[in-house]
Amino acid sequence: MIFAIMQRLSQMLFVMFGISLLVFLIFFGTPGVDPAARIAGRNASPEVLAAVRKSFGFDQPFYVQYLTMMKKIFVTGDLTSFVNRGWKVVPAVLDTVPVTLSLVIGAAILWVVFSLIIGVTAAAYRDRWPDKLLMILGLIGVSMPVYWLGEVMNLITQSRFHDSWLFSWVPPLGYKNFSDDPKGWFLTLVIPWITLSILYIGLYGRVLRASITEALQEDYIRTARAKGLSETRILLRHALRTSLIAFVTLFGLDFGALVGGSALLTEVVFGLQGVGKLTFDALQNLDLPVIMTTVLYASFFVVLANAVVDVIYILLDPRVRTS
Amino acid sequence: MTKPENVSRGPWATALNRLSHDRTALVALAVFVLIVVACLSAPIYAHLAGVDPFKSTLDATITIDGVQKPVMEVPTTGLALGYTPIGPTWRLGTYFLGADNQGRDVMARLLYGGMNSILIAGAATLFTLVFATVFGLLAGFFGGVVDMVISRILDVLWAFPVYLLAISLSIVLLTQGISIGPWTIDSSSLMLPIFIIGVIYIPYVARPVRGQVMSLRQSDFVMAAIGLGAPSGRILWKDILPNVSTTLIVFIPIMMALNMLTESALSFLSIGVQPPDASWGTIIQDGQGLLYTRPAVALAPGFMIVISVLSLNVFGDGLRDALDPRSKIKLGRG
Repeated sequence: MIFAIMQRLSQMLFVMFGISLLVFLIFFGTPGVDPAARIAGRNASPEVLAAVRKSFGFDQPFYVQYLTMMKKIFVTGDLTSFVNRGWKVVPAVLDTVPVTLSLVIGAAILWVVFSLIIGVTAAAYRDRWPDKLLMILGLIGVSMPVYWLGEVMNLITQSRFHDSWLFSWVPPLGYKNFSDDPKGWFLTLVIPWITLSILYIGLYGRVLRASITEALQEDYIRTARAKGLSETRILLRHALRTSLIAFVTLFGLDFGALVGGSALLTEVVFGLQGVGKLTFDALQNLDLPVIMTTVLYASFFVVLANAVVDVIYILLDPRVRTS
Repeated sequence: MTKPENVSRGPWATALNRLSHDRTALVALAVFVLIVVACLSAPIYAHLAGVDPFKSTLDATITIDGVQKPVMEVPTTGLALGYTPIGPTWRLGTYFLGADNQGRDVMARLLYGGMNSILIAGAATLFTLVFATVFGLLAGFFGGVVDMVISRILDVLWAFPVYLLAISLSIVLLTQGISIGPWTIDSSSLMLPIFIIGVIYIPYVARPVRGQVMSLRQSDFVMAAIGLGAPSGRILWKDILPNVSTTLIVFIPIMMALNMLTESALSFLSIGVQPPDASWGTIIQDGQGLLYTRPAVALAPGFMIVISVLSLNVFGDGLRDALDPRSKIKLGRG
């Protein structure tokens, strides 16, 4: 078991190295592209260009450039933006993390609760109309672009029905710190939570229904029926329990991916200043150091989250444990 | 010797037969084909309506019920600053869905944009499938060092957050295009979003293909072929590829749907299709500023995306059941 965990962790380090190398190559090694001009931003003066060249060591060999970049981002953390003069990038990125976490954790609670309800209900009524209805609704949820759904939500809650009793409580777009104004924090996030979770409710509901239905074919379910257990107990205690393994694995991956940048579209539409919105703003200003930093931190987080999921899996599943 | 009467009609005919009895899947396919045909007829629509969907026309006027109206209305209330584009007229040919903030016919742009959305989704799917098949076949069949190198590359691509990878690629590629040796790709070329979307989803397909090839590699008929001394290329082409082809076909509609969502998101973030070209994503972005005054501009392309992606997903479900009832391929994570 120790061996399997060590193997997984060394694989994680390798993937992190590969990602950092890929990011380095994309930003500094694309043929026909001058990285100094990209980092300096639009209409940069020759002095700024020279400063960028010196700061990133573009007159030195590639491996020195790579090490310089990694040192600036992870060790000293003194990467500065040239578009926004002298702005320290790494602390700015870390400042946005609580916003993204607030958005993703709230949405995750919603999607876990509702997809469990939907998946179990559909499996209980499988091939009858509640099942078909729920699965079609789930498929519609999966087929909607999340940023467009966000705009529809804004149209309804901020404009068309804002004056009705139903949505008059919705505050203007933006983010409020939990420590300053807990109620405002909650109210501004309700609509973004619902928007972000709809896709995942659809996806997880469908996945759960499929794995419960599959589990119901197993021999141990037949045994449980033969013992005379009630259908509800079989569904919740036996079939659901095994189906949760796949559910939890998927959840770990998606949660990591959302914190690591996939929540970007929701943040942009609702004006939440999280990691994704910061990256988006940097994209508009062509502020490369910010993008390099968010990309590296976010993808490292995703890799770490995936490795943690796998390690937990190794610890929990006796079949993986012994092999 | 004559063939017996009750011989199996082969896997393809069986699948086609199953699919032809799946009414839901057929309806979904018909809806998607209808959308494709409508989008392909965009030039005809623009010609009949007499509009240029790519040129801003701020001073145009139209006649409705004998009343002449400007396309860009000057507001009569408030400070009267700026213009509000005309809203939907619900008359085919004359600003059916209204105009955008440059006075362009949204309906015509919607059809032209759909052409790009479908084209990019289709081409990116082809790109992904070709490269994923090659990587999956090589890694699964040869194993060892080949497998290790390919699998680690796939691991890196897989762990990279999709939108962040796309942003990194496009910020470098889209600002001035790319030139490798004699080839130059313009920064507004549709090749760039196709390439970006095609690359990021290679692991989604390559991993299951690799797994399938690995188990086929152990099967008796492949062992026999190896034992007979057949060259590896021939085994891959004649024995293994036909056995993974159902998996690949099942992936086509699923990947199309996923690519369509990704393309629209990238275009919405202004790193996909570049103006004045349109796609459904760019039109939603155009409509963002008009969301509260002229919501049709942002709503219409969104509905088109939902209907297209939904029909592809439903058809994909039917296709999977027909070809490969026991397969485990699920909807990709968006």
